[in-house]
Amino acid sequence: MKHLLSIDDLDRSEIEGLLALTDHFVEVNRRPIPKVPALRGKTVVSLFFEDSTRTRLSFETAARRLSADTMTFTASTSSVKKGESLRDTVETISAFGIDALVVRHRSSGAPLQVTQWTSATVINGGDGWHQHPTQGLLDAYTIRERLGSLDGVRIAIVGDIKHSRVARSDVAAFTRLGAEVVLVGPPTLLPPSLVGWPVTVSHRLDQVLEAVDVIYLLRMQHERMNEALVPSLREYTELYGLTAQRTERVRDDVVIMHPGPMNRGVEISQEATAHPGAVITDQVANGVAVRMAVLFRLLGSESQLDVLRVAD
Amino acid sequence: MSEFVIRGGRVLDETGERFADVAVRDGEIVAVGPDLSGGRVLDASGCVVAPGLVDLHTHLREPGKEEAETVESGSRAAALGGYTAVLAMPNTTPAIDCASVVRDVQQLARAALCQVEVSGAITVGRAGERLAPYAEMAELGVRIFTDDGAGVQDTRLMRRALEYASGLGVTLAQHCEDSALSEGTCMHEGEWSSRLGLPGQPAEAEELMVMRDIALVRMTGARMHFLHLSTAGSVAMVAAAKASGLPVTCEAAPHHFTLTDACCAGYDARFKVHPPLRTDVDVAAVRAGLADGSIDAIATDHAPHPAYEKERPFDEAPPGMLGLEYALALAITELGIDLARVLALLSWQPARIAGIADAHGGPLVAGRPANLMVFDPEATWTIDASGGASRSSNVPYAGREVRGRVRHTIHAGEPVVLNGEAQR
Repeated sequence: MKHLLSIDDLDRSEIEGLLALTDHFVEVNRRPIPKVPALRGKTVVSLFFEDSTRTRLSFETAARRLSADTMTFTASTSSVKKGESLRDTVETISAFGIDALVVRHRSSGAPLQVTQWTSATVINGGDGWHQHPTQGLLDAYTIRERLGSLDGVRIAIVGDIKHSRVARSDVAAFTRLGAEVVLVGPPTLLPPSLVGWPVTVSHRLDQVLEAVDVIYLLRMQHERMNEALVPSLREYTELYGLTAQRTERVRDDVVIMHPGPMNRGVEISQEATAHPGAVITDQVANGVAVRMAVLFRLLGSESQLDVLRVAD
Repeated sequence: MSEFVIRGGRVLDETGERFADVAVRDGEIVAVGPDLSGGRVLDASGCVVAPGLVDLHTHLREPGKEEAETVESGSRAAALGGYTAVLAMPNTTPAIDCASVVRDVQQLARAALCQVEVSGAITVGRAGERLAPYAEMAELGVRIFTDDGAGVQDTRLMRRALEYASGLGVTLAQHCEDSALSEGTCMHEGEWSSRLGLPGQPAEAEELMVMRDIALVRMTGARMHFLHLSTAGSVAMVAAAKASGLPVTCEAAPHHFTLTDACCAGYDARFKVHPPLRTDVDVAAVRAGLADGSIDAIATDHAPHPAYEKERPFDEAPPGMLGLEYALALAITELGIDLARVLALLSWQPARIAGIADAHGGPLVAGRPANLMVFDPEATWTIDASGGASRSSNVPYAGREVRGRVRHTIHAGEPVVLNGEAQR
């Protein structure tokens, strides 16, 4: 595996391998000094053309805990503002001599394009509406941590599926690991075609609420109001929000997830975030370990895994 | 070289097919028959000798985007593709929307390797707000008006444009795309756009405007040409309109009978075009329409863009692809129709739509202007990624093996392409 661009590129055993590797780094992260020398001398660059402080910090934390050097390039402070092309930016940064690029871009497919212009490993940190593979992995890891396995687990992904890279990565990761996924949202927020998607669809959260093991709420973006996709946030919450009333009806052992940042009171209520099944901060914590696993798998070598074990 | 004989070929024009030599002198065909002599010999053995091809849809990019293409480089690509006439689209900078810009392009066209007909914009600056001055452009020979690159969104304005144009005897050509359904999109809406996470435009974005414009043609009685039809629904509607006797014609582009939206899977913007690559069903409908006569012409929509523009992310890159050097071979290879039908679609039918049938596309008989092309219908070759004579290289067909290769092109009696090489 040279790059990580899409969960679609991974088969079940590769995903399981990454989740198993993540277990090691969860353990590392519990140590008093959560740092191992696995990627010493490697340079990981965050190439972010779209604002995302949390994903960038998660990747950079992961890289530093593996002792890699990190650099950050963000579009708002860079040559992109001066009109530099993606190719020129990538070729310039690659010329510094780097090992990996974590690319976040508003355009679907940009990380794949970047692979043509660099010899470094490319990790997709989120591209357009397309994919956010490390989010898919950390979500799968979080469910596995709670429920032991994803086999046969019923998962509702609720909200704006159409514009969501998280949903595309989650659907691929969850279903490859054996889960059953139902997409819940109004037709305006579902992809125009679901041909080839191994999912079912519901337009009413109430119809699936009590039947699912995991409720995954997507962020409802305010700008969708301007595109006549839903009449109002209020009506959206009425139909698709995990409100206080709905939180009372979920299964006792339900898992409640959200990729953040949350719109409290819109897609998720205070009662839902306070529910014992809510694992939203676990997702964030696991995000660092999953990204360590991905960086290690792409840049490290198996012999260094021994180094990592010796350290405890 | 004003005198030569094209020897040993099979002449194929609208009147039929016969083995004959073609003698040319001072820009005219002087004889067609067996065993002719006089001047230099152009070998046509194993080849078809036909009227030059006519492209109704060429973006020459001049003025304004000379790094992508010039009238000269585009006309060289055209000549290499067997074309003796192309219709230059008006979406230049500035747009061709008044007599002075028409004159500028006509001036540039004097050095071209083929006839360059100029089309004018329907609205001033192609902004879709005010009618452009058709009469002053028609005075200079402009016969087709289009805002190509965009459709005229305002129905009332389009009605007026058709009415006004009908009084001048000129033809309006529409790029059918309802911007309310297409704005911000970069490919066909469907299975692939959903999977790739790219904003798509549905087939209905095109079909709604086709439907509207057929209604406007029925209302006004004005002539209308539909540019680059890409959907099964559009082809069916225009076919029905023709069957009911309305004065409409239409064209399809090589990429719309060759490629589908699945080509976008690698986010390679060489496959980005407007209207977008559609589904297998649409490709089949376009092919059927070309075979059964519902579609009148193959038009390239040759749209050069520099590499650095096409390297931008898919949603940001400009739409369009090259076509002039590939259309004939793709038609022969892909369509499974006889050569007479291929040439009807590429030569005499578009010549009529463009209003230049007096000099192009006509039968090869003595006294006609010598606008001819000679091609080997059996020669196979592999399309490369270089872009040929174009200043750009946005070729979506690289690596594809095709059949049918241009050997000579004669424009106004001048052999501008000999043995596949441009002569200037």
